[in-house]
Amino acid sequence: MLTPADRAPRELRQPLPPPTRMTAGRWQDALFEKTTMAFALLVLLLLVAIIGSLIYGAIPALGKFGPAFFVTNVWNPVTKQFGALAPIYGTLVTSGIALLIGIPVSFGIALFLTEMCPPILKRPLGTAVELLAAIPSIIYGMWGLFVFAPIFGDYIQPLLAKTLGNTWLIAPLFRGAPNGIGMLSAGVILSIMVIPFIASVMRDVFEIVPPVLKESAYGIGCTTWEVVRNIVLPYTKVGVIGGIMLGLGRALGETMAVTFVIGNAYRIDPSLFSAGNSIASALANEFNEASDPVHLSSLITLGLVLFMLTFIVLACSRLLLAQLAKGEGRQT
Amino acid sequence: MASDSGLYRRRLLVNRWNLAMSMGTMSFGMVFLLWILYTLFLRGFEALSPTLFTQMTPPPGSAGGLLNAIFGSVLMVLVATLVSTPIGILAGIYLAEYGKNGWIANVTRFINDILLSAPSIVIGLFVYTVYVAQVQHYSGWAGSAALALLAIPVVVRTTENMLRLVPSSLREAAIALGAPMWKVILMVTLKAVRAGVITGILLAVARISGETAPLLFTALNNQFWSADMNAPMANLPVVIFQFAMSPFEEWQQLAWAGALLITLAVLLLNILARTLFRQGVAK
Repeated sequence: MLTPADRAPRELRQPLPPPTRMTAGRWQDALFEKTTMAFALLVLLLLVAIIGSLIYGAIPALGKFGPAFFVTNVWNPVTKQFGALAPIYGTLVTSGIALLIGIPVSFGIALFLTEMCPPILKRPLGTAVELLAAIPSIIYGMWGLFVFAPIFGDYIQPLLAKTLGNTWLIAPLFRGAPNGIGMLSAGVILSIMVIPFIASVMRDVFEIVPPVLKESAYGIGCTTWEVVRNIVLPYTKVGVIGGIMLGLGRALGETMAVTFVIGNAYRIDPSLFSAGNSIASALANEFNEASDPVHLSSLITLGLVLFMLTFIVLACSRLLLAQLAKGEGRQT
Repeated sequence: MASDSGLYRRRLLVNRWNLAMSMGTMSFGMVFLLWILYTLFLRGFEALSPTLFTQMTPPPGSAGGLLNAIFGSVLMVLVATLVSTPIGILAGIYLAEYGKNGWIANVTRFINDILLSAPSIVIGLFVYTVYVAQVQHYSGWAGSAALALLAIPVVVRTTENMLRLVPSSLREAAIALGAPMWKVILMVTLKAVRAGVITGILLAVARISGETAPLLFTALNNQFWSADMNAPMANLPVVIFQFAMSPFEEWQQLAWAGALLITLAVLLLNILARTLFRQGVAK
């Protein structure tokens, strides 16, 4: 048995570190903690600064046009009349198309990766999907303009006009000149860009479903589809919606890919084949040419609208995903 | 029994149909990935030539290279990385080691996750309003600042995630030896997850190298060679944007070559980051 230290003769005890070193350690610790905290607060400050600077930049336009700015469909740098309705409409429509295509495809990919994929292919295919997200958006734009749009205009759009263009309620959406450029093309390209984001969130949440739940369902004779439909989806629905919101947030703010193919026209046309404008593409196209203060301020107001929209959508997404994580902690 | 077998058959068919659709969607995604890469390689290699790396961006209608744009991009990404790495790592340390579940850390984490996906063009707008509009000229510094702001959230996120993987016993062992907390963090925990943190930095570099939107109103572009960070600076993404949208054949060729370079760089960085991370975790 070891002799307790305090029973040992005084000269054999461990010497204490010199007092200067101990106090030094203490204040170094406090300094380090405060420094790291300052940098964490810097992230918060950044958000406040972004919102503050955008509001400051938006004041001239909002002062001149008032709340009507958001619901007026006019954009005329010559007469200095500006209204945000057309770009807001374009942003929402293109993102809507992106989700309409992106959600089912992402769900299919997540289902394939979690339930069907041979284990040896799981990692390469998962990585491949994520690489789709790594390709810079300007590449999507170039590819969309030079490769995708011509094919889309020559083959897909006439086909859509012939079939969906004759379906009674949605017919007006698919009329007009099929030239490959416009809201629909922008929406389709956006959908390809958001698929990796939605699919990887869905895959991650599908993987947290406790195997014992799935095994029980398989045990009573469910098919793979029934397990996914009745066990996996209900268990993860909050996370799935969170993933979709994340995709929406990405789609709303996507700039370069949309700028190349949307056609850049301030117009609200029922046809999805027509050219339009999104908030981000309006900024990318016009900001450097705008010299008039009201024009500049109107563009900054558009930026503010875009930031608030994405902020709300992304905040919902995070809250939903956090809720799922919390639930997981409770149940396991 | 007859109705039963009908039910079974229907369930089987529904199952097969949905699983087939799932495989269909997977191929849908892969088709687009391969299609984009195929186009890029086809048109990019056609336009690739040694002059790309020796000559400046040309005026319309003549041949040239991309040297000034490549240099500008590398320089701005380098500066942005040097600025954002320490900031991101320190903030990540706070979230993982000190803040934990306190309200400051929770709010910061939440905001950081939102900034991670916030539209990059808004960051450009922000830097324009607070810096470019004040000093009245576009500059390489402004471009770097915008890129750094985009990189910070990526570094914060990965650093925090990685630090949380370190077992507490490691920290406790170091503390028991009498090491002050800052030494424990910098010399034990951070060292243990070095591979993961480097992965985060590489991913951040990959993300900002391809960004175009934030550079449009910050660094702008420059047709000539310039190493002056205080003047407008050429950079690959904006040159690609300008040249691809132009009607000139030579410019479009250069845009494809630039697009190939940038995509190769970004994909290589991504793959490198993943391999490094896997090795780090395996160890």
